[in-house]
Amino acid sequence: MEIAASDLVRMIAAVADDLETNKDELCRLDGLIGDADHGIAMALGFGAARDAVTALGPEAEPSAVLNAAAKAFLSGVGASCGPLYATALMRAGASVKGKARLDDGDAVALLRGMETGIRDRGKAEPGQKTMLDAWAPAASAAEAALSAGNDLPQCFDAAVMAARDGAEATRQMVATKGRAERLGDRSLGHVDPGAASAVMVIAAMARALPA
Amino acid sequence: MRTKKIVNAGDHAVDEMLDGILAAHSGHLARVAGTKRAIVARDGPRDGKVGLVIGGGSGHEPTFVGFVGRGLADAAAIGNVFASPPPDPILACTQAVNGGAGVLYMYGNYAGDVMNFDMAAEMAAMDDIEVRTVLTTDDIASAPRDRRDSRRGVAGNFFIFKVAGAACDRMLDLDEVERIARKANAHTFTMGVALAPCSLPQTRRPNFEIGAEEMEIGMGIHGEPGVARGPLEPADSIVDEMMDRILAEMAPAKGDRVALLVNGLGATPLMELYIMNRRVRQRLDDAGIGVHATWVGNWCTSLEMTGASVTCMHLDGELTAFLDHPCDCAMFRVG
Repeated sequence: MEIAASDLVRMIAAVADDLETNKDELCRLDGLIGDADHGIAMALGFGAARDAVTALGPEAEPSAVLNAAAKAFLSGVGASCGPLYATALMRAGASVKGKARLDDGDAVALLRGMETGIRDRGKAEPGQKTMLDAWAPAASAAEAALSAGNDLPQCFDAAVMAARDGAEATRQMVATKGRAERLGDRSLGHVDPGAASAVMVIAAMARALPA
Repeated sequence: MRTKKIVNAGDHAVDEMLDGILAAHSGHLARVAGTKRAIVARDGPRDGKVGLVIGGGSGHEPTFVGFVGRGLADAAAIGNVFASPPPDPILACTQAVNGGAGVLYMYGNYAGDVMNFDMAAEMAAMDDIEVRTVLTTDDIASAPRDRRDSRRGVAGNFFIFKVAGAACDRMLDLDEVERIARKANAHTFTMGVALAPCSLPQTRRPNFEIGAEEMEIGMGIHGEPGVARGPLEPADSIVDEMMDRILAEMAPAKGDRVALLVNGLGATPLMELYIMNRRVRQRLDDAGIGVHATWVGNWCTSLEMTGASVTCMHLDGELTAFLDHPCDCAMFRVG
């Protein structure tokens, strides 16, 4: 499978649509252990990213699409997810720099690039009850599926499943990073809203892959 | 159930609030040209002075924008409700207040704010502006004492910003301003309690649930759950629990002096804040601690949350002088 810049635009738009649909649920999750604004910030951020990339001309390369999305996300929201997803998109852009079309390996590298951006900017490690607990297993699962000879939709399916399991596992974690850190044991039993939204992001990307 | 609010579209709340603030306080405040959410003091930034940039999410008014003015902060970067501003307005504030002596960032210790302000600082460095950062960590309920650096910044911002702004206004250099700002933070202790939730203009849904007869001790100013939930107590018992913790941390000697802030979170009336202040004063008197100055009111709010916090700044001669230094802001004046 090959992914063109226009496919990336469609994938980003799909993410924005899903987050808009689910923003109340994400705010509700965030209200349990945080400040109840995560859905608003994510929907605003990917909405700004979608608006920026749909305005690009057809000559824009994949890395330019991802950089424009990063820039728009960053100036569009702030919050915690602004720097995290902006850096994720920037790293994804760097990972496919100079390519006009992405092959399966490039697309999996793009997922890993996003994960690395989130990890570096947030200075988190898996197990701290953050969005990284969805992103890290998702990137690894996609890589494992690729080296086992699967095609790209299968790689993304593996990423979505791993992200979902990772998000579910945050229920059993005590937050040691981010705003819920101060809750200590009271964060137990709740899914991390950043991990929940990460599942939505990866699932929307998977759904919008070219047929 | 949806909460009732006097708003237009929820997504426009912050910008429409700023329009109203600028209309009311045009003598004190202006937007940095070309920005919507970078607010700078009309009088304050000047050559040779360390610039003080504060900021954070909206919903805490008069924190942060109300503390912009001569003798206090030079500019504030404004985020969405309870969300850090992005780097752009922070950088615009930085450039607007740069007088060649460096710029100090001060804001509450939250992961989102740290990432956005750090990115702005990296961009400012490319403009050859030296930026230092002092995070406020006055909320003693938010982490144990040996992890002071992990604590949240809450209403104590009021004193900590005030002292740092005075140090800037006296034209001290960046090293000295930073030292004084850190000292002000280390000497400031806040403890809060919440009785009822607030709601965001976009969701208009209570952001946490709490029983009719319950209170949450140590709740954050964004409605983050606190350290413990218990039955609602009479005012004196609530204050005693707060003051026990504050005094244990502050460890004052007899004859020491404090500055006092009894702060409402938005929906608690002044009547109740003054009832609290009565007990705070009794406790300080009993401990032989003098009160240099008291502020009672809504200084660091959480939209319409019901609840209050008590802040003590443990004073010495240096901090007292900076606290008493005049300032003239849109929503706060000393001298």
